[in-house]
Amino acid sequence: MQNKVLVIGSGGAGLVAALNAHEAGADVTVLTKDYPTRAQTSMAQGGINAVLKHSQNDSVEAHIANTLKSAHGIASEEEVKKLCTEAVDAVEWLDNIGVQFSRTKDGKIAHRRLGGASGDRACYAQDYTGLKILHTLYDQVISKNIEIINDRFLLDIITKQNKVEGVSVLNKRSGEVEVYSANAVVLATGGYARIYDKHSTNAVGTSGDGIAAAIRAGARVSDMEFVQFHPTALKNSSILISESARGAGGHLLNSKSERFVDELLPRDEVARAIHEEMQKGEDIFLDIRHLGEEFIDEELPQERKLAKLYENVDPVYDLIPIKPVAHYTMGGIEVDKNSQTKVEGLFACGECANHRVHGANRLGGNSLLELVVFGREAGVSAADYAKNISVDASVDKIESNNILDEINTYTNDINFYEARTALGDMFYKNVGISRDKKSLQESLKTIKDYISKLHLMGVKDKSKIYNTNLIEFLEFKNMLELSRLVLKGALDREESRGAHYRSDFPNENEAYAKHTIVDINGVVAS
Amino acid sequence: MNIKIKRDELVEYNVSELKGATLLETLNYIKTKIDPTLTYSSGCRSSVCGSCAVRVNEKEVLACSYKVQEGDVIEPLKNVEVIRDLVVNMDKAYEFNAKSKAWINKSASTPDVTQENEKLNEVQSDCILCASCYSACPVYAVNPEFKGPFSLTRVYKYVSDVRDSDAKEKIDVIQTNGIWDCTLCNECTMVCPQDISSKADIEKLRMKSTQYGYMDPNFGSFDGGLDFL
Repeated sequence: MQNKVLVIGSGGAGLVAALNAHEAGADVTVLTKDYPTRAQTSMAQGGINAVLKHSQNDSVEAHIANTLKSAHGIASEEEVKKLCTEAVDAVEWLDNIGVQFSRTKDGKIAHRRLGGASGDRACYAQDYTGLKILHTLYDQVISKNIEIINDRFLLDIITKQNKVEGVSVLNKRSGEVEVYSANAVVLATGGYARIYDKHSTNAVGTSGDGIAAAIRAGARVSDMEFVQFHPTALKNSSILISESARGAGGHLLNSKSERFVDELLPRDEVARAIHEEMQKGEDIFLDIRHLGEEFIDEELPQERKLAKLYENVDPVYDLIPIKPVAHYTMGGIEVDKNSQTKVEGLFACGECANHRVHGANRLGGNSLLELVVFGREAGVSAADYAKNISVDASVDKIESNNILDEINTYTNDINFYEARTALGDMFYKNVGISRDKKSLQESLKTIKDYISKLHLMGVKDKSKIYNTNLIEFLEFKNMLELSRLVLKGALDREESRGAHYRSDFPNENEAYAKHTIVDINGVVAS
Repeated sequence: MNIKIKRDELVEYNVSELKGATLLETLNYIKTKIDPTLTYSSGCRSSVCGSCAVRVNEKEVLACSYKVQEGDVIEPLKNVEVIRDLVVNMDKAYEFNAKSKAWINKSASTPDVTQENEKLNEVQSDCILCASCYSACPVYAVNPEFKGPFSLTRVYKYVSDVRDSDAKEKIDVIQTNGIWDCTLCNECTMVCPQDISSKADIEKLRMKSTQYGYMDPNFGSFDGGLDFL
């Protein structure tokens, strides 16, 4: 077998990787947990950063400088340069394939301001930027006749002597374990912010399945302790209200209707300021009433709809009750300059990977950009690798079968859904915007306790057909594995940097200006 | 409060503990506290991923944006194979996007898109592929190969895009099992959570088709009868 590239995940990063691997001559198959347009990418609202030819009072250098500043010393300058320099090309390509970017009066792609940016730099499609990019990518993938296989849950990455040979997946429809052989595998499976359960803006399946599988297969992960809290999620539902609402001039107010922070600082600083107000007992609101109905309907139609639907307020006339919740995970699978992991032939891109461009805090508008720039790199690298390697097509699936057989013996003494809720509540309180040694140690103890009791938290539904009870258990198991790594990183990092704020070590410490790198056996470098 | 959910048969659940909950919150409550075997799809919880469309009292809704009422009857989408409970197989429905060639044919040089150009298909590009329209469409009862509302809206999106260089190819493929099979009943428009009217898009595609020399085959067959004279 030759030239076979499997892409796991069908969000923006996965589809960009698939298109590029295909163009580079590989035989590509995309495996997805659901369907290709249902990914987290659809939820990105604000925009994609790019300094275009018609951009005024802005430069690629400024984009690089803003990104590095927000990263607080632990981004790779080289990778950030790559990200920002290739941004023009990325957005022009998206424009070329039909993304409906909002336009200026003279027919240019419109820009708007997001937090931490020195210029109006985010290209957007109303506040549906991610949705429109994702669907356009999907249309391109079907135009190339690239195979997409739906409803496959990633179990394990199959390796032999640290070389990838394929993956095992659970076919959700049949309940059978299936093995797909490949010369190269690209992981594009998303982040892990659902560890925070209902205190997260993320889609329900954002459980870090690919990251957990990569560690089990011998890859390394890094910077897991850096979790971004978005300042403005709706108070009751944790549904995202885009940063573009603040970019356009929205104000943050406390119960006394006072502004208390510069709304356009990077997300970590704004989230912390809100957290401090809330600790004083204040309720916090986003106020965009002064922007006017016409502007809101033109530029922020989704925000109005979401606020009405999920918070029962109309932003044209009312204050929007908000709170900061977990939104994006900066940490992820370690990759090299070609997006390859420590496992040969295993590549990663998108939120599941750590390309070291976000460091301690990601800038709004850089994640959609990342998935195009590094999705392309991962796709091309995987195709190049696949050309020159042959693998045994007869890999077996025994190990993955064993896991499912084992889970089948677990008893139902504890409802794992209750444990999942408790995990989220504990993480939001103890491993959230502010952390300290005691709260982290307590949490680690609880996680270890959960892991030791997994055999009592079994799956009640014994059906083979579309067993979402089993899928959710497997996701919970992955989240527990990743929780431990988040806590390990957060405990080791005795300083405050970007999104990682330790109340017992409130200052940045030069000694920690480095990455926390972990493999299955623990910390390997920091 | 009680609601009924179509599983192998209609099953009644008491959800009195919940107040003002969305249907998705209600399904989550049942699954995590009452019956973990209840099976449904969900994703973003915020009406943008298209995962959770179901039928409530015979009308398509997104579970995450519908507020549950006493006595509601919840069923899976129609015109698609039910895999289990409220989960359906969307493979065939999605394939109509490919069959309709719903993508851009790139020009050698991309013309600038004006604000007016962008507005032409802004609404169509809001589609979340939830398949509510597909479920509500009565044409599938008589023609399972109908390319259907969401695919045809996607075709309109691309043929109305100034960046597309070959609208004719798409217009050609939607003549069969496409725009002329629609009865213009407007059911698709009534259920779209994104306020898209596929019926209106299909009418616009019919007009475009006549510009390319195609005729409504329903009239054509009538005229055809005269050819024997």
